[in-house]
Amino acid sequence: MKTRSLVSIDDLTTEEIIKILDLAAEFEKNPVQDILRGKVVATLFFEPSTRTRLSFESAVNKLGGKVIGFTDSSNSSVTKGETLNDTIRTVNNYVDLIVMRHPIEGSARYASEIATVPVINAGDGANQHPTQTMLDLYSILKTQGTLDNLNICMVGDLKYGRTVHSLLMAMSRWKTSFNFVAPEELMMPDEYKLYLKNLGLEYYETIDLNEVINMTDIVYMTRVQRERFSDPMEYEKVKNAYVLQENMLAETKPGMKILHPLPRVNEISTDVDSNNKAYYFEQALNGVYTRQAIISTLLGLK
Amino acid sequence: MKNINDKKQLLVSAIESGTVIDHIPAATLFKVIKILGLDKIKNQITFGTNLDSKTDGKKAIIKIAGKFFEDDDINRIALVAPNAKLNIIQDYKVTEKRVVEVPDTIIAIAKCMNPKCITNFEKVTTRFRVVSKKPVALKCQYCEKITDQERLEII
Ligand SMILES: [Zn+2]
Repeated sequence: MKTRSLVSIDDLTTEEIIKILDLAAEFEKNPVQDILRGKVVATLFFEPSTRTRLSFESAVNKLGGKVIGFTDSSNSSVTKGETLNDTIRTVNNYVDLIVMRHPIEGSARYASEIATVPVINAGDGANQHPTQTMLDLYSILKTQGTLDNLNICMVGDLKYGRTVHSLLMAMSRWKTSFNFVAPEELMMPDEYKLYLKNLGLEYYETIDLNEVINMTDIVYMTRVQRERFSDPMEYEKVKNAYVLQENMLAETKPGMKILHPLPRVNEISTDVDSNNKAYYFEQALNGVYTRQAIISTLLGLK
Repeated sequence: MKNINDKKQLLVSAIESGTVIDHIPAATLFKVIKILGLDKIKNQITFGTNLDSKTDGKKAIIKIAGKFFEDDDINRIALVAPNAKLNIIQDYKVTEKRVVEVPDTIIAIAKCMNPKCITNFEKVTTRFRVVSKKPVALKCQYCEKITDQERLEII
C-alpha cells in the first residue's frame, strides 16, 4: 500500500475528509481501542507546542501504541547541526508514523518525501496545521449537525492567523458564508477573499463584532497580538474591541458555538466559559478523536 | 568592403547543424547557459551578447553545433528568456523555428522567495507549480508561498 502523509488539508479530498470525520465520531463513542498495539509513533517537536503534542500522545496511547520523540530540539542532535534530512532518515527506521512540528515552512512536506512511513504535519511555521483544521471541522459538524449552509464568523487576527486561513479554505468546500471581524490592520488578506469570490461564496467584513454576532452559527475567536501592530497606539485602541463578553451572547442563535484554537489569553472573557455556547474546551478534546481517526487512516487500520 | 551586416554575420556565423537560440535578453545569457548546462557539454558553442535588438533592447544569441533540445529541456529557459526563439539548423538551413513556453512545473531552477522556506535552509531541490505564466507566478511545493516575477531569482 502506498504511504500517505497529511501535510496540508489540501492533501485530502472532500470524501476523505468526511470519512475521517465519521471515523472521529466512532472514536468518540469508543476512544480506547487496541488497534495500535505494537506500533511506535514518533512525536518530533522541533519547537515546543505542549497542547498539540499531548493531544497526539493521548490519541496514540488510547489506541495502545507507544510514543517516542523529543519535545524541543535544543537538547537533541538537531542543535549539533544535524540536517532535517538526516533526522528523518534515522527516526524513520524506528517508527511506524512520524508526527512533526517544525518552525521552518515546508519542512513537513520535505520530511514526507524523505520518510517511508506516513508523516503528519503538526505545524510548519506559518504554513499548515491540518489536524487543527480537521478538529475544527469536526467541532463544527458535531455542534451544527452539518457543514453545509453555515455562517461562520472569524474574529481577531485574520491577517496572520494560520488557523483561520486553513479553516476558510476547508469550509469553502461547502456552501459557507463568512463574516470577517478584525481591526483594519489585521483584515483577511485579499487572496483569500478573491478565492471565495471566485467560488461564488459570500463574505462580509466589519470591525464590529456586535454587528454580525447574532446571525452566525460559529464564532471562531483568535488572539490579537500586540507585536502584529506597526503602531503600538493602534493596538491600545483596538485591543478591547475583540474580546468576547458574556453579555454579547444574549441575542445570538440558540445553537451558536464559540470556538478558539487555544491557548486563550484574554480574548474570551472567563465569564463566557460557563455559557453553553462556549465550546473551546470540548473542541480541544475533539482533537484527540480527530487525531485517532487521522493516524488510523494513514496507517490503513480503519 | 565589410559593412555592419557582415559584422553581425560574423557574430552569428553559420553552423552546419544544431540549434540557434536568439532573442535572449543580454542580462540573462549566462543564466540560460547554466540552465541548459552548456558549460558542461563538449559541443562547439559560439555566442554573442549586447547585440542591438529592435524589440528587446540588448540581446544575446547562442549557437550550439550538433545539439537539439527536447521541448521540456528548452522550456526551462522560459523563466529567464521568455521571448527566446529557436532556429533548428540542418545542412546550413533553418528547418524549424520554435518559441519557448513556460512549463507547468519548474524544478531546480528558481529560488523560493520565502526566507523561512525549507529550501533556503537545507539542500532541497526546489519545485514549483506554475500558477500564472504571464506574468510568471510560482507556488512553492514546500512552503506553498508564491514567488512572482519581480522576486524571481534563478539558482
Ligand atoms: Zn518555499
